[in-house]
Amino acid sequence: MGETTSAETIIEKVREVIPDESRILVEKADRYSYSFDASFGVHMPEVVVQPKAAEEVAEIMKLANKYLIPVCPRGQGTSLSGGPLPVKGGILLDFSQWNDKLEVDPEDMVAIVSPGVLTAEINKAANEAGLMYAPDPSSSSVSTIGGNMAENAGGPRGLKYGVTKDYVIGLEVVTPEGEIIRTGGRTVKNVTGYDLTKLIVGSEGTLGVITEATLRLIPKPRASSTLMVMFEEIVDSGRAISKVLSSGIIPAKMELMDQASIIAVEEYEPLGLPTDIEAILLIELDGHPVAILEEREQVEKVCREVGARDIKVARDEKEAQELWKARKLVSPAIVRIKPTKISEDATVPRSKIPEMFQRLKEIKEKYSVDLVVFGHAGDGNLHPNIIADKRDKEEMKRVEKAVGEIFEAAVELGGTLSGEHGIGTMKSPFMEMELGKEGLDMMKRIKESWDPNNILNPGKIFPEPGQKLVLHDE
Amino acid sequence: MSKQVLFQQKLAYEETFSCVQCGYCLPSCPTYKTMEKETHSPRGRINLVKMAAEGKISLSELEEPIDLCLGCRACETACPTNVQYGAILESAKEAIQEEKNKTLNKSTKLLRKILFEKAFPNKAAMNTVSFGMSLYQATGLQKLNHKTGIGEKILPASLAAFEKITPDTTGRKRLTHVKPKGEPVFRIGFFTGCVMDTVFGKINDLSIRLLQEAGCEVEVIKEQTCCGALQHHSGEGETARSLAKKNIEAFERYDFDYVVNSIGGCGAALVEYDHLLKDDPEWAARAKEFSQRNADISVILAELTLPFRRKINKMVTYQPSCHMTNVQKRVTEPLSLIKSLPGAEYMELPDKNMCCGSAGIYNIVHYEESMNILDEKMSEVKKVKPDVIITTNPGCHLQMKHGVEREGMSGGTEVVHLVEILAEACGIEQ
Repeated sequence: MGETTSAETIIEKVREVIPDESRILVEKADRYSYSFDASFGVHMPEVVVQPKAAEEVAEIMKLANKYLIPVCPRGQGTSLSGGPLPVKGGILLDFSQWNDKLEVDPEDMVAIVSPGVLTAEINKAANEAGLMYAPDPSSSSVSTIGGNMAENAGGPRGLKYGVTKDYVIGLEVVTPEGEIIRTGGRTVKNVTGYDLTKLIVGSEGTLGVITEATLRLIPKPRASSTLMVMFEEIVDSGRAISKVLSSGIIPAKMELMDQASIIAVEEYEPLGLPTDIEAILLIELDGHPVAILEEREQVEKVCREVGARDIKVARDEKEAQELWKARKLVSPAIVRIKPTKISEDATVPRSKIPEMFQRLKEIKEKYSVDLVVFGHAGDGNLHPNIIADKRDKEEMKRVEKAVGEIFEAAVELGGTLSGEHGIGTMKSPFMEMELGKEGLDMMKRIKESWDPNNILNPGKIFPEPGQKLVLHDE
Repeated sequence: MSKQVLFQQKLAYEETFSCVQCGYCLPSCPTYKTMEKETHSPRGRINLVKMAAEGKISLSELEEPIDLCLGCRACETACPTNVQYGAILESAKEAIQEEKNKTLNKSTKLLRKILFEKAFPNKAAMNTVSFGMSLYQATGLQKLNHKTGIGEKILPASLAAFEKITPDTTGRKRLTHVKPKGEPVFRIGFFTGCVMDTVFGKINDLSIRLLQEAGCEVEVIKEQTCCGALQHHSGEGETARSLAKKNIEAFERYDFDYVVNSIGGCGAALVEYDHLLKDDPEWAARAKEFSQRNADISVILAELTLPFRRKINKMVTYQPSCHMTNVQKRVTEPLSLIKSLPGAEYMELPDKNMCCGSAGIYNIVHYEESMNILDEKMSEVKKVKPDVIITTNPGCHLQMKHGVEREGMSGGTEVVHLVEILAEACGIEQ
């Protein structure tokens, strides 16, 4: 908050911009309801505003600049990195209710959307026109496209289809100083000037507020086929991933479950999975029905060659759902053991997957933490998850150290801190380790030139001096 | 133990930690959809209960979000980590009510006492208008929280609306014991419920006849009492627990294979008696035994064979009761019965698992909010344009009837309980 302005003054000014009183929330219970996301910490905004037009956002940004009030954009608060946490208080912009526009243009093969539209709804509308919106973060039925773009969300289909940024070709953005600009357009090819579209997507709401997007759609694959492959050694599953991909087949999804997650699922809801194996790979192929039959045989052959113990092939959609059920049950199964889940998404190059498994095993033992690995193994975006109880301070301190080492391991192996969740508040202390001083400084300079008053989502990406990863309340 | 710790225990504080705030519950929540605020979402409410337990907000600040929850429990079905939202909600209601009881004036206290301890369990005191009036007054008084004379209020719009559609309840004689033609397949104790038996006595009679047709011996024992659901949902935990004990005791004296009801909401309360009494060493095991023997009528009928004698040549749709789906977790049985109706064409209602907004007495206490939810529901009904909407709970039944009226569809669409349409297909006459 600017020192000369009280919260009352700010709220007065906000009322002048937003005509509809019900879209301005000032009660304590309301403000607490926007003080969290799916990561850690509680941070209270002074006021919550629900904009429904770019002009409203622009006016708010102008106001915020004038009075130096922090502004924090929020979709539906499913972020795992702290992206929408108002760590400096101020105005929280809730975009979850701005979902009036969802237009699919089958000829141009694009969708034009408002920021609050749910990602799964976009895919549903595209499907009706025989198309698909490829990115499919696990939270797509809950998360907004605005939030997905801010964090550059991924998902299991990332292996074959890429991530959110590969499908955003045009934006309407409100700059931190309150100007409305357009970037990109309706064409896949566009090299007119700097690619601001790609800069904004994944900038975690620090460079601009997205108020509309043009998304690329692709033809919907006509068929799909699912296999479940079991391995006695987790390292063999890593080799299977590499061999399948190098044999010229790119599955839509390759998801891994390690032994700990298999056991957790079996104890939670017995599906008849063998618990004496170290890994399960779930593989989904998609494309032309004739092609995937041939690919399926090839995948089976390759997996057997590297020592798969058993392979189940789904004969129809219902059986496919049953195979995927195991993967869906991992989350509920592991949080039954302990309630707090620290979901990491450090990512390594594909060839380093087996090595990363080894490193994770060592970290697990060194800090005696409950660590399970399940995730998008096909693209190296392993999801090491640590289960803990955040009321146990001593345990949480061990978890902090373990998480730090997971990041170090990923970076040492040529990977990255975050594959799809974003840096936010959780990982900023590790930025320099991956980018170097100069690399991080160049990013900072971009932020400073776009947002000279540092009011748009401050406290994210860039660490405060001396900031460390903290997962416990002191 | 410190005061804070005791308060946290009262508020199911520990349970709030099992919520990882992933937000998967948001799209399933009717009030989040209509009110458009995280404050009125399951995740938001759980967080607020946690904040209240930590002393960051007061119980009075917690009251509105908790009060405006339908209690439909769709969020529990959507939750990937099995958060016990129902337990968290009831704990908050009870804590809020206790706090308020300290400051309620005498006449309101007396009224709540009469209403929740006497009127519901006592069928004689329950003809519709006086029931509605006293209900409204109790809750209205409670809301206004100042001295208001009883009977000075005029019937509000909400009650007038519901009065118009409640069936006439005059001069009924209840069936009390029926036997099938041969050796009974099951011996069944029938749970009548109080609102159901007053307003929809006919449905209870038809239920008993259907069970008889399917080969069951059915008895209505007079020792049974109100299930306690409405009391429990209004934060009157003690009353709810004492009613539960009465029912458990009553049915324990008989040797029934099942205790059967045809009321989604009461059934949900009955199958949760084990949760309600879990901390009572004398009652926990008995409650569990009772809950396990409880079943909705659709569960029994789906297992047996009904003698269909008539065709239902209509297009039907089904509005599942939330408590049937999310608490009793009976989804397939009612549906398979509907699909077995000879000649009927079944069309699924889009977004069928969204609550209709009836939610016990929610539609009387929060008429406007309830109507916003009903409007959403009716816009889905209009897509299907059914001849018949089938329900499995009296509350939903009245609400859907009201919806049909409001939309001016009463000429073309009728609302019936599943039991009524099954009876019609079996040629069972009243």
